[in-house]
Amino acid sequence: MATLPNRQEQVTLDTFLRGIWEENPVFVMLLGMCPVLAVTNSTINAIAMGLATLFVLVASGALVSLLRKLIPKQVRIATYIIIIATFVTMVDYVIQAISLDLYNALGAFIQLIVVNCVILGRAEAYASKQRVGPAVVNALGMGTGFTIALLCLGTVRELLGNGTILGIQVFSSNFEPWVVMVLPPGGFFVLGAWLLLFEWLKQRKAEPAGAAEGATVHES
Amino acid sequence: MSPDSLGFIFLNAAVINNFVLALFLGICPFLGVSAKKETAWNMGLATMFVMLVSSLCAYGINLLLVRFDIQYLRLISYIAVIASAVQLVEMAMKKFSPALFRALGIFLPLITTNCAILGLALFQTFREYDFLQSLAFSSGAGVGFTLALMLMAGLRERLALARVPSVSQGAAMSLMLAGLLSLAFMGFAGLGGSHA
Repeated sequence: MATLPNRQEQVTLDTFLRGIWEENPVFVMLLGMCPVLAVTNSTINAIAMGLATLFVLVASGALVSLLRKLIPKQVRIATYIIIIATFVTMVDYVIQAISLDLYNALGAFIQLIVVNCVILGRAEAYASKQRVGPAVVNALGMGTGFTIALLCLGTVRELLGNGTILGIQVFSSNFEPWVVMVLPPGGFFVLGAWLLLFEWLKQRKAEPAGAAEGATVHES
Repeated sequence: MSPDSLGFIFLNAAVINNFVLALFLGICPFLGVSAKKETAWNMGLATMFVMLVSSLCAYGINLLLVRFDIQYLRLISYIAVIASAVQLVEMAMKKFSPALFRALGIFLPLITTNCAILGLALFQTFREYDFLQSLAFSSGAGVGFTLALMLMAGLRERLALARVPSVSQGAAMSLMLAGLLSLAFMGFAGLGGSHA
């Protein structure tokens, strides 16, 4: 980013990709854990929740960015919350209209998108300082990263807990489902396992680099 | 006990469908401030208090919304009420009990974005609890939240002394611990069948 002369960020591929890998809201920043754990007991719930959050992220990011010069500093958090709540109410009614089954499966968690810290965090840390273009692209990246994280959990939990993916039987009938995986403890275990995997990858990647640089790298 | 009795509602919110370990509400403070028992206890108390206040406010607001047939404003008005309730609690506490105010510090304003509070207000509306039932529900939820936080803090204090592989330090280990706690709390399901 050192090559950029102005403080306003240009739209690059990195603006989008950062949210997916480097600053993944779930796996790296550990934000918005409640919906991540609560609705990922099946793949379809995970997709619906991910898309709903993606929409709210993008829409509120765009609006916050457009209004950034009009919102007084003192009441900005309250304003962001009202903007977010408006879009969440919209999503809530839309999902109810499209599929009542899905609406009942997700329950209160659609409305709880309001207090998802990923969205408020993006509004405060990024959208309120950038033009609409970068704000929307960044929100798209974050939302995609969030959806991917939900999918990672949802597929693993449905596969192990039910033996299915998207309702399609994967294993033979001999498979004994791990019921615990679709129950609350499974959410904690699977997310913990994903974090372990990423931490292991990170350490493995850091090891050769550390050996090359010599003694400057110390373990954290 | 009938499912509508006050005792059952309290017990249900506190242990059977524990807000943190069974419904996944309020995970952020659960993982964030559970490193020491002292802070966990303070956070639990503050949350319990805000839960009680905002639950009562939400009950009143919902009566108004239904009266004027504008339920689509529910989410916006709830979140506004919670934010102002937190602010009010903060000001009142500063005036009447500065010691407690200092002890809670930054945790107090952070409660606004705790999804357990909004979840509580939404659940009590969906289940159409009356005034006393809302009171039992919110105090049960508060007790359950504090219980989960204290258990987790106790475990993590012990774990800080243990030697674990470097990959599993931090969040991953906390999540695994939470999973075990949640597994233990599933045992309470036998007390009265879940209807979350």
